[in-house]
Amino acid sequence: MPELRKERLDRGVKVRSDSIYALSSMKEILYLLGPGLVLILLLLVLPLVVSPYWQRVMAITGVYALLSISFGFLANYVGLVSLGGAFYVGVGGYLSGLLNAAGVPLILSIPIATLLGAVICTLLLLPCLPLRGVYFAIISFIYPLFAGRLIAATGYFGGTDGIPGLDRFPSIWVALYMAIFILLIVLYGLSRMVNYEDVGLVFRGVKDNELAIKASALNLTWYKVQAVFISSAMGTFAGAYLAHLYGWVGMSLFAIDFSILPVAATVVGGSGTLYGPLLGALILVPASESMRAFGTLRIVFYAVLLVFFVVFWTEGILDFLKRKYEQFEHWVRI
Amino acid sequence: MDLIIYGIVNSITLILMSIGFALAYGVSRVPNFAHGALFILAGYLTWVFRYRVDLPYWLSIILALIIVGLVGIALYQFILIRVRGMPISEIIASFGVGLAILEFLRWSGLRGTAHMLPPFISGTVRIFDVPLDYQRIIVIFGGIGILLFLWAFTTFTKTGLSLKAIAQNERAGLVLGIDADRAATVAVSLGAVFAGVAAVILLPLGNIVVEMGYEVLVFAIAVSVCGGLGSWKGAVLASFLIGFAQTITVSFVAPHYHFVMALFIIIIVLIFKPSGLFGRQKELEERV
Amino acid sequence: MSDDIILKVENVSKSFGGVKAVDNISFTLRRGEVLGIIGPNGSGKTTIINLITGFVEKDSGKVYYKGEDISEWQPHKIADVGLARTFQAMRPYPTLPAYKNIIPPLYSPRARRSARGKLGDRSAVAIDLLEEVGFERDARVPYKLAGALPLGYLKRLELCRCLALMPEMIICDEVFSGLSMSEIVSMVPLMEKLQRDGITLIMVEHRLRELFKIAKKAIVLNFGEKIAEGSPDEIFNDPKVKEAYFGGEDSYVFK
Repeated sequence: MPELRKERLDRGVKVRSDSIYALSSMKEILYLLGPGLVLILLLLVLPLVVSPYWQRVMAITGVYALLSISFGFLANYVGLVSLGGAFYVGVGGYLSGLLNAAGVPLILSIPIATLLGAVICTLLLLPCLPLRGVYFAIISFIYPLFAGRLIAATGYFGGTDGIPGLDRFPSIWVALYMAIFILLIVLYGLSRMVNYEDVGLVFRGVKDNELAIKASALNLTWYKVQAVFISSAMGTFAGAYLAHLYGWVGMSLFAIDFSILPVAATVVGGSGTLYGPLLGALILVPASESMRAFGTLRIVFYAVLLVFFVVFWTEGILDFLKRKYEQFEHWVRI
Repeated sequence: MDLIIYGIVNSITLILMSIGFALAYGVSRVPNFAHGALFILAGYLTWVFRYRVDLPYWLSIILALIIVGLVGIALYQFILIRVRGMPISEIIASFGVGLAILEFLRWSGLRGTAHMLPPFISGTVRIFDVPLDYQRIIVIFGGIGILLFLWAFTTFTKTGLSLKAIAQNERAGLVLGIDADRAATVAVSLGAVFAGVAAVILLPLGNIVVEMGYEVLVFAIAVSVCGGLGSWKGAVLASFLIGFAQTITVSFVAPHYHFVMALFIIIIVLIFKPSGLFGRQKELEERV
Repeated sequence: MSDDIILKVENVSKSFGGVKAVDNISFTLRRGEVLGIIGPNGSGKTTIINLITGFVEKDSGKVYYKGEDISEWQPHKIADVGLARTFQAMRPYPTLPAYKNIIPPLYSPRARRSARGKLGDRSAVAIDLLEEVGFERDARVPYKLAGALPLGYLKRLELCRCLALMPEMIICDEVFSGLSMSEIVSMVPLMEKLQRDGITLIMVEHRLRELFKIAKKAIVLNFGEKIAEGSPDEIFNDPKVKEAYFGGEDSYVFK
């Protein structure tokens, strides 16, 4: 029996677009832009065709996608693994809820809660920024737990009951397209920043090597602060958005789901880019929604999937698809 | 007086909950985030053997401990070994396993307050005029017993010594012919058994509920992180610090603050003394 | 303090858990000078660099740079006033191409204040700089991932990262160690060029022959203490130095 080996060759257009050659045809441009265009079109058109229930699921998916990108950005490009997504969500949600309950209209309370919330989160995380790796992960994991328990214990901000009766979005269309546009803007802005701006290189440097950043006369803490601010702003927006989607804020905004799902999405989608976490969220959230009938068994399924991806299929779905898209594969005899 | 006695009981409870986690991390640098799940699994298995299979109590406990130990071995051999050296992956993988175990138990019927283990000996004594039930006395002696066992194990047995060697300097251990993977397997599975022992000693004091799995995990992390990892002295001291802080907040502020307090202490310690209470320079470099 | 003294180290000490890594060391350096720091392994050479540049906190002692007390400063602030350093264990950003390794220092406030920072495209500036330290411009070496570069290039990359800051002074931690003879030979002119450009250098070295082609004076450390200071001749004839290097069981051979 002849032995076979899988040979992989990059497609010509991939080779050329990686270096500095010009593209030669419309077809090649389409080839490169295709995946992005498909994503944008899908996000814009899908709400028009699905049922109201799935429109709501889409909105929530958007929120999780935002959180996943926030996690992926901080973990892949700055090297801070923050398991505290729920903290951002909670802070943003409660801020927006408190503002709204005090009479600030939704159109103002969301942006104010996003920015102010990000400032608050960044300030609170500031003392932990020197911590590395696992320790930052642990402490950021503790923050939302702490905040949730503190609200329950003190009874401030409505205690265990939360703050009900907040303004809702005028219609699901407004809510949904708001989520989608914010998502697209964030994606575009962030990927430009990490790939084409010099500050993106500094962030990568922070991840790769903190000492070299210090030796390059760059204030390490200041760049970490910037990155945490950007990332937490996405989270606080997600929280403020959810507050008005549900018309209610409560301790569940600090729930562990908001911290764990972004991690799962990044693991499943693939790390290394911003699109991996996005893809992961787009797959996981609807999948989890359609398994609602199974009760907590769905979490078991999740957990097993997570372990499978993190242990056995570390490249994630995105890299797999990318390889299929960019390379020819065929078996050759050796 | 009751403050001191309940403080001691509470602290030793924390030691019991965290010693397995601290052992696995201290020796093999595996953060076993399935620790809380193993704790609940041991308790639940004991319950199943006792009331569903109708075995004697002592046999149920032993069987449960053996199974949990085997789960620990499997956890390391089939899953964690593939992600060694990638701390975040280790955390995600072990947490995923823990999550799967806990939520599976919840789905398969571990809900409500129906699941209880009987105390080994029921009844109460009064010590310095403080009522204390026998189970809590067993907790105290169990905690001391485990610490003594660990001390003897790492001082006198060859396996224990090799664990210690690996904990201190993995490369030197490898050069001397210690199989680091075997040592880590032993450590993880021993950690799992300790979680099980803690479960059978502690669970008769309350119900077996899934939420407790998460709490045990957080307490174990709290103690290990505060104490400085791989340092028994630190873990014990941290247990007492957190234990007494909790007891004091519970009696002077309000009972539902006890979890908040533990979280608060982790945050404070990590911010102001990132190497932990007994951490050395090496750990400081690892963390900051 | 006279004007041309650029660095003054006063009674600096540091101990790690009972071991005195650096014990009460003082020296001064004039602008444009090259100072060698030599000594057996474990004598505190790298520690003293870390203490001067703020990477490790001092137990006691003062460091003055251009008359200013920088003892308590953060590392990035020290680099910002023009006192750059290299690392003995090279610290590139392994997942970035070599030229992109130079962009963070070019992005630093110090570089942006200077004329070079205003030149516009930082990638182009980075490649020019890499050429200055000996990267071949056309050979695609600057575009290779830093993690895949051979040792000689990594050492140059380290230097280049310092040069991007337009420093007045560079502290080099063993630029020659681990290099082959031919790589060292090509490295020496580079160091001489830095000196001609008016950059003050401190060189921590094991390769004494190459060091003394560049440095006209040196200090010798042993167990954290300064045991000798002076010109090469003075050092070679110092009995204490001989004892530190040749005495004891780990004898050290001059190369």
